[in-house]
Amino acid sequence: MKNDIKKSLYKYTIGFSVSLVLTFGSFGAVYYHEQTGHEGLSHDILVPLVVAFAVVQLIVQLVFFLHLGRETKPRWNYIVFLFMVLVLVIVVVGSLWIMDNLEYNMMHADEIKHYMEEHPGSF
Amino acid sequence: MSVNYDERTMASTKTYMGFWFYLMTDCILFATLFATYAVLRGATNGGPAGFEIFELDLVFVETILLLTSSFTCGLAILAARAGRVKYVLYSLFLTFVLGAGFLALEISEFAKLIGEGYGWTHSAFLSAFFTLVGTHGLHITVGLLWLIVLAVFIAKKGLTPTTTKRLTLFSLFWHFLDVIWIFLFTIVYLFGVIPV
Repeated sequence: MKNDIKKSLYKYTIGFSVSLVLTFGSFGAVYYHEQTGHEGLSHDILVPLVVAFAVVQLIVQLVFFLHLGRETKPRWNYIVFLFMVLVLVIVVVGSLWIMDNLEYNMMHADEIKHYMEEHPGSF
Repeated sequence: MSVNYDERTMASTKTYMGFWFYLMTDCILFATLFATYAVLRGATNGGPAGFEIFELDLVFVETILLLTSSFTCGLAILAARAGRVKYVLYSLFLTFVLGAGFLALEISEFAKLIGEGYGWTHSAFLSAFFTLVGTHGLHITVGLLWLIVLAVFIAKKGLTPTTTKRLTLFSLFWHFLDVIWIFLFTIVYLFGVIPV
């Protein structure tokens, strides 16, 4: 009993430490970018880097804090999590895709306003 | 009388499964708020954009506070496994203090913005910002209230199957809020400042 609590304590401590490092990494990278007048660490490196830090921290916290994917039962929590991710991807990607399409294909508010001023009585 | 209850046994209960399902739906909720923010973040209505109002120092402190509170919450679970009620209460107290600190800083940030006239009615960007960050803050607030009630119950009744189950569910909720915060500080604040 004592031993397995110690093992779990190590797991929580590792999860916490790694999350801490990743957090420092993310903020540190952005601070550096800011301080070098948005020159140091170009966008092309900085953005994927920060995203990677976030994703890794997500996985670390899911595994070490939320015990996702633990070998023993129950496994359904992992399956349900994956299904949630599927729904999430469909909803988010779908929404962003649609909104982007609308933004490109349709008149913007200022253009509509201008059109209405130019064509009185047409609406 | 202290019987030790293992939260891993709790994990096989139906209540745990139901709560996990709820957390999954909450993820979808936050995802839609993120998507809304992503779409509206450029609509500043002549007002300030993210990089003009976000203070990274504040957000960094908030992040460390919440992350540490997630860790102390884990310590509470371990203390419960060992049957040490006193240490459960110490850990829960630490979790509360850190969480309350996070909330206080966030409220001060909101109050400052509103005071400067940049409330949620000022622009679509600010509407999306306040809704997204505010919803997370609301979850934190409810979590803190739950934490108080839970701690009182554990102090009075000790570690029973019921209180241990509730402690386990609370820890799920609290860890989940920190996971959401990872994306919040990255997508809203860091991306706001870079900017993306």
